[in-house]
Amino acid sequence: MTDVLAIADHRRGELRDVSYELVSAGRDLADATGGDLHLAVISGTVDAFAEKLNREGVDVVHTVDYGEEFNHDVYTQAIVQLCDEVSPQFLLAPNSVNGLDYAPAVANRLDLPLVTDTVDLEVDGDTLVATREMYGGKVETTVELTGERAAVTIRGAEWPGASGTGEATIEAFDATIDEDAIGSSVTGFEEVAGGDVDIGDADVLVSVGRGIEEEENLELIHELADALGATVSSSRPIVDAGWLPKNRQVGQSGKVVTPDVYIAIGISGAVQHVAGMKGSDTIVAINTDPNAPIMDIADYAIHDDLFDVVPALIGEFQ
Amino acid sequence: MMKVLVTVKEVATVEDEFEIEGTAIDERYLGADLNEWDDYAIEEAVQIAEAIGEDEVDVVTVTIGPEDCEQTIRQALAKGADRAIRVWDDTLEDADLLDVGAKTAILEAVVEDEDPDLVLSGVQSGDDSFMATGVSLADAVDFQWAAVVNSLDLDVEGDTASVRRELEGGVEELTDVSLPAVLTIQTGINEPRYASLRGIRMAQRKELTVQRLADLGLDSSVVEGDLRLTGMSVPESESDATVFAGGPEETASELAAILREKGVGQ
Repeated sequence: MTDVLAIADHRRGELRDVSYELVSAGRDLADATGGDLHLAVISGTVDAFAEKLNREGVDVVHTVDYGEEFNHDVYTQAIVQLCDEVSPQFLLAPNSVNGLDYAPAVANRLDLPLVTDTVDLEVDGDTLVATREMYGGKVETTVELTGERAAVTIRGAEWPGASGTGEATIEAFDATIDEDAIGSSVTGFEEVAGGDVDIGDADVLVSVGRGIEEEENLELIHELADALGATVSSSRPIVDAGWLPKNRQVGQSGKVVTPDVYIAIGISGAVQHVAGMKGSDTIVAINTDPNAPIMDIADYAIHDDLFDVVPALIGEFQ
Repeated sequence: MMKVLVTVKEVATVEDEFEIEGTAIDERYLGADLNEWDDYAIEEAVQIAEAIGEDEVDVVTVTIGPEDCEQTIRQALAKGADRAIRVWDDTLEDADLLDVGAKTAILEAVVEDEDPDLVLSGVQSGDDSFMATGVSLADAVDFQWAAVVNSLDLDVEGDTASVRRELEGGVEELTDVSLPAVLTIQTGINEPRYASLRGIRMAQRKELTVQRLADLGLDSSVVEGDLRLTGMSVPESESDATVFAGGPEETASELAAILREKGVGQ
């Protein structure tokens, strides 16, 4: 019982990047425990997925050929049966929206301790030491798991994606899926980021966050964008509040943007937001909090009140 | 009578500047607030009650937390929940980390007592952010579930919830879930109301039941998980930003020069 089982993530015919990151995280753990790294890919074109997942460090890929798209009941049943077969010491899943839709159920069913959204994992003797954030990224904590087995979800883009071609054996796993226990069905998908403006096309984005405080203060941001010839985008809370439409949202659940210049105003830089804009050429942050996570990726920063700085900046361009 | 159970957590909030004491943030820098995601879950439950008929839907909140958090629970009652359950005792007081398994066991006992048709929980809590309790609970009580829901359309006759799950990258999955179910609610699903003065007055008279683990048929073994919090630190800043210092006129002028260099505003 020293093996590691990692569950690949795919959607609408494509493996997601985190699948290859799971290979890296899983290989590190298997090296520490002296076990094998097993991967499982469930539903969809599993044989084609398995070929792609056969990267350096993978020992076995288990394919579960059942259905096309993600269904958490199918995943839960298949993974529980795979765990029975493989007896992994560590079960790894992505901390994705779909990962979070089955990993807690699997952990509950197998009575495994669960630690989610990890950014680093180490094995120290019989203990798994996981690093994860709390309080919206303000602190990093270490959590120790002392049980014999554990289920862990990993945050995307924290491990490098595995490369190369591996020598894995690919095995079809004949999971017994109880269809009566499937209580939900996917009826479709919808892209939500359509509409008047594609923030993905903008060269310069003036992006606004919670620091703007009130809806009427958005006028200031529009004025700045006009003065700079820029497009207005935002972080999640502004869209949640209904102050800007969904197609303006930058981040994990919104759009990924890579403009020449990204000006973050009153945005703290939660990981979900940063995932959507860290590829920008030049990042400017205006925020009162010098410790805000956005400062970690900013090229230029002003640690001051946006209500003082933004009017002055508008003045510079008029 | 339909029953909606909403899990409500009071979360710790941290000031911008703070100090760490061992494996916790020094209490001087901590505040308390209704968990943001739960605020949306409460609103969704109250809107369901308003749509179907307030006499036909019972909205009950459940909170694991000490007496201090009753103010937060009263907020949920003021916004329209009918009654509240708070679970706490010395065993919970002494536990330094309630992991997903512990919360699941406690909430499972409450669900078995209350027998709701629908459980709404926030996608995550703003402090420890495990993002897992709702789905874990669903499996424990043999309910159906859906994680990260940003739209909910309830068909009570058909015992079905039609939901949208917010996937990454601006894609939504449309899913039908059979009831009874646990749905984890994402921010932005609705616009949480502010409590009215009348609501706040009425909340004071609403029933708030306190239960100990023993009342739920549980013992201290529920908190004996395999997870231990052993360290807390401030992530090292990786910032290599050029910081403009001075008054706003000065900093704005320096930033403007850089922006012009990059061809902005030309």
